[in-house]
Amino acid sequence: MQTLQWTRRGLSDRGMAWLFVTPTIVLLLAFNIFPLFWTILLSLTNYRANHPGADLVWTGIQNYRRVLGNEEIWAHLQATARFLVCSITLQVLLGFGLALMLNRRFRTHGFWSTAILLPMMLAPAVVGTFWKYFFQPQYGIFNQALRLFGAPEELSMLADSSLAPWAIVLVDTWMWTPYVMLLLLAGLRSIPPYLYEAAEIDRASEWTRFWRVTLPMVMPFIVLALLFRTIENFKMFDLVDQLTSGGPGSVTELASITLKREAFEKWRTGYASALAIILFVAVYGLSLVAVKFLEKVKQR
Amino acid sequence: MNTVLQREAPLVAPERDDDAIAPTTQAVPRHPLEPSSRARWFAGITVAIYGVISLIPLVWIIMTGFRSPEDAIAYPPRIVAAPSLIGYVNLFTTRSRVAPEALAALPPPATWYEKLVRQEQMVLAGPSRFADRYLNSLVIGFGSTLLSIVLGTLAAYAFSRFRVPGRDDWLFFILSTRMMPPIAVAIPIYLMFRSVGLSDTHLGLVLLYTVVNLSLSVWLLKGFMDEIPREYEEAAMVDGYTRWQAFLKVVLPQAATGIATTAIFCLIFAWNEYAFALLLTSGTAQTSPPFIPTIIGEGGLDWPAMAAGTTLFLLPVLFFTVVLRKHLLRGITFGAIRK
Repeated sequence: MQTLQWTRRGLSDRGMAWLFVTPTIVLLLAFNIFPLFWTILLSLTNYRANHPGADLVWTGIQNYRRVLGNEEIWAHLQATARFLVCSITLQVLLGFGLALMLNRRFRTHGFWSTAILLPMMLAPAVVGTFWKYFFQPQYGIFNQALRLFGAPEELSMLADSSLAPWAIVLVDTWMWTPYVMLLLLAGLRSIPPYLYEAAEIDRASEWTRFWRVTLPMVMPFIVLALLFRTIENFKMFDLVDQLTSGGPGSVTELASITLKREAFEKWRTGYASALAIILFVAVYGLSLVAVKFLEKVKQR
Repeated sequence: MNTVLQREAPLVAPERDDDAIAPTTQAVPRHPLEPSSRARWFAGITVAIYGVISLIPLVWIIMTGFRSPEDAIAYPPRIVAAPSLIGYVNLFTTRSRVAPEALAALPPPATWYEKLVRQEQMVLAGPSRFADRYLNSLVIGFGSTLLSIVLGTLAAYAFSRFRVPGRDDWLFFILSTRMMPPIAVAIPIYLMFRSVGLSDTHLGLVLLYTVVNLSLSVWLLKGFMDEIPREYEEAAMVDGYTRWQAFLKVVLPQAATGIATTAIFCLIFAWNEYAFALLLTSGTAQTSPPFIPTIIGEGGLDWPAMAAGTTLFLLPVLFFTVVLRKHLLRGITFGAIRK
């Protein structure tokens, strides 16, 4: 395309560019694109990974029909959607509130803005493991804290099918509110001061300033946080696998847990591949929007 | 680390402030960007309440590691309990229960930890697998970080400095690989590893984590490279350096902070990864995240041992989070937002 531009330092620059980029591209193709196509192929067969020698039958789009026609899958997708809506709403509300407060730069804001971030860097699987301890009906500190507010003596967050979905929402919110806060704090800090000065000259009330200046200016960052959290939570596996493993029954069985059960417990590889492709398309669509948005925020 | 966690924060609104902006007009006594002292008080107290509540789980799990199994399941939970190292001893050893008569017949314990084990009516049977798993995490974490940094630095430099055809499309493709659900690619990778003998090997996980981290490493490093003025290399090349020498001797030292930051992000990712480790390893190459949950199962509900393992596993991450605090935003936005 722009070959002519290279001529200043001759072929060496061009050669170097390819030499530097190729290993990365090759690895990504080998470990991402090749497996992706393999998954598509598998999804068109009745392959079972625990019977590698069995007769392979091409089944066309039958696996996709079965996934999309399966009521249980839709129930799991609904559970995933409910989890997404609840956890992300909580995270954005709490995160925005915290960001607004931290942006007031009180004396210890530096310390707290680091301390609050700690949960988001931890391993989700290990977080799931130790929260299981906090949720123990008798000796768990979470239950003890609830009892201070008059909760019943025996409350099992993880075994009660109406409470277990809230348990994962709660732990996810604990872990990822800092992430939203960090993004929105950057958004708040990117607002040019002259906008507030102009609002002040117009004698705008604090409330008006929030609605007319702060919120519209932070909005791209809120959208970015929403997109990133949606993608990450849609894929979420580690935390739920440890905290509830989808149970009790399958009330907390999010899409990726279903996928793991189909692929690595029931060994219905072809069927699971079709499900994987469907989930991949959904996440990938969102990712495209997210990456475009990231570019847009970058312009600021 | 502990000092950071335990430091009491004074909830006082500041009198002095560093970044106050002088009022623009006489008519406005307080600049709109400068909250009133009451607003700051309120903000400080709200944030401190949230902060304390969100740190309680971390402090509690660290404390549980230093409790006896009985105190860990006390009802109602005890805030203060006698310190005990039995959790750490149980974490690193396997033990077997013996009859009191047999225990009495044994020679006196040689070490402090053997003594602790005897108090629980047990004898030492050998080391546990925790140290191996921790070592695996270190080897795989550092191995994959090194690889993804080397490859990422090269690619980032090329994307930052050369007119690679279709550059934006390649960058977009690289980032998009980060968004793939791991479980979705796990099926063919499982089959791939099984057929080439990479299942449950260190090399397999090192390669896999390298690839997963490449997207982050290329994007972050490209951001850092873009900030290094091209004039530095051009000056060096005028002085007779080749492009390669200019890259090695001018660009790399300038990018050192960026490379270190990116390396920590890659290391934390590889350290924390669970899904691939769970599905692709079972013994030899198993890392800590799939192993730690299994500690609870061994010998009843041994919460202190689980807490001890969790503490040892989390401390490096907590430390690096504090080190990285100024760069976290850059990390989570792939270098797009720099402040």
